[in-house]
Amino acid sequence: MRAKSIVFRLLDLHLPAFRKFCIFTPETEQGLCILHDFAESFRLAFALVVSGDRDLYEIILLSVQVSLTALLASCIIGFALGTLVALTRFPGRGLVIVLFNTFMGLPPVVVGLLVYLTLSRAGPLGTLGLLYTPAAMVIAQTILITPIIAALSRQIVEDLFGEYDELFRSLSVPVHQAMAAVLWDARYSLITVALAGFGRAIAEVGAVMIVGGNIDHLTRVMTTAIALETSKGDLALALALGIVLLAISMAVNAAALSLSSTAARQAYA
Amino acid sequence: MRDLAVPMVGDRTDAGGGALTPHLPLMPLRVRGLGYRAGGRALIDELDLDLSVSGITMVLGPNGAGKSLLLRLLHGLIAPTTGTISWGGLPLSREVRARQALVFQKPVLLRRSVGENLDFVLRLRGATGTGRRDQLLEQVGLLHLAKQPARLLSGGEQQRLSLARALATEPDVLLLDEPTASLDPASVQTIEAIVREAGRRGVRAVFVTHDIGQARRLGDDVVFMHRGRVAEHAASKVFFESPASEAARDFMAGRIVL
Repeated sequence: MRAKSIVFRLLDLHLPAFRKFCIFTPETEQGLCILHDFAESFRLAFALVVSGDRDLYEIILLSVQVSLTALLASCIIGFALGTLVALTRFPGRGLVIVLFNTFMGLPPVVVGLLVYLTLSRAGPLGTLGLLYTPAAMVIAQTILITPIIAALSRQIVEDLFGEYDELFRSLSVPVHQAMAAVLWDARYSLITVALAGFGRAIAEVGAVMIVGGNIDHLTRVMTTAIALETSKGDLALALALGIVLLAISMAVNAAALSLSSTAARQAYA
Repeated sequence: MRDLAVPMVGDRTDAGGGALTPHLPLMPLRVRGLGYRAGGRALIDELDLDLSVSGITMVLGPNGAGKSLLLRLLHGLIAPTTGTISWGGLPLSREVRARQALVFQKPVLLRRSVGENLDFVLRLRGATGTGRRDQLLEQVGLLHLAKQPARLLSGGEQQRLSLARALATEPDVLLLDEPTASLDPASVQTIEAIVREAGRRGVRAVFVTHDIGQARRLGDDVVFMHRGRVAEHAASKVFFESPASEAARDFMAGRIVL
């Protein structure tokens, strides 16, 4: 145990020292492997990206395509639902809001299973032949992120409409123009919501694995490829893919932060 | 209570809130038995009020007298519990409200630039181009800030923009809910000048304030409110020379009015 704690302290301090230490400590052999894999994976990730590896780019491209398509569908459905619930009053509205919020945490494997059952040959939409296609993955991701977009946009639109409500009534603004004005004025916040949805979609693995099947050159995306390489023991490649995934996620978050800053700077938020 | 003599237009309540053609006058205002209850309390209580066709009416009174609430009721933002409000013989309707403009105590501005805030209203009224917008901004001294985000303006500038937006609707009646509260003297002066100018151009103004000096400077007549009722309604000169109600006398003397 003592050796292990020293290893982790050295890990924090100095990489070569850690390597040197590990050679003489059988107990930390596994730690050395993991650390080696970390170092190797960064090198590999960089090498893969700059080499223009076709397989890698195919996986990245499909991941982005599937998630962006799901995001587009979710934004259309989610923004419409969120705005509708925000601006209207009807019996059971509270229940709808609770459901939106609850479904934000939908377990991906459950969604995957439900989509699988629906799209499988014996399922109600089996005749469409969508199972194990990118379309099935888009459907699963859309189901996963629509509640997130609907719930967050509902809150944003409702808050902003609360600010504008008396003004709009005073000016006798028609409902459709009021909705358009609120959506336009909340655009920065809503784009941030969309980016959050994209982040959730692209990082998702359970549902796309079930409905896509992780078929090489057809439905293999970054997350399913990572799962596969990990199970094969090629941790370096798995980590390299993970680094690329993280880089995309970071880019998305940076874009969200940049938008928020712009909005705050211009006092639109 | 000394009510002003109000020239009344023939009773046209049978119009039923139907289409209101622009040439029909929106004044005089007649309010009868107006009541508004909330939380078991009567916030506006059996209020009667008649306002004449032209001029600037100052609604004066201590905090909690129901001044802002009265303005919201007159504009139809909230529905009264009891009583009737008749604008030029017509009941409150969307069409009636469209010919009024309300300036809120706390400016509500869209998350847009100064110019776009005006464009929004002008487009609603079917105007195109930037001519009218620039004219209004010039009038309130904000033309040089047209491209600035509206929410970055100072309090006085925001209120001037609100006033410009209200005037952009070309209202027959301008309702102002303490628009100069917490503003610096220069902004107060500018806003008063704009309201006075609007009044000269025939816009009927109802101006809520708790500032006696402002009521003196602007008002043609004064409605003094106390405990949700009109305690006194008189021509400005008469009101300030010899307030008839005890509450008004206390208020004018700077005593605490409960």
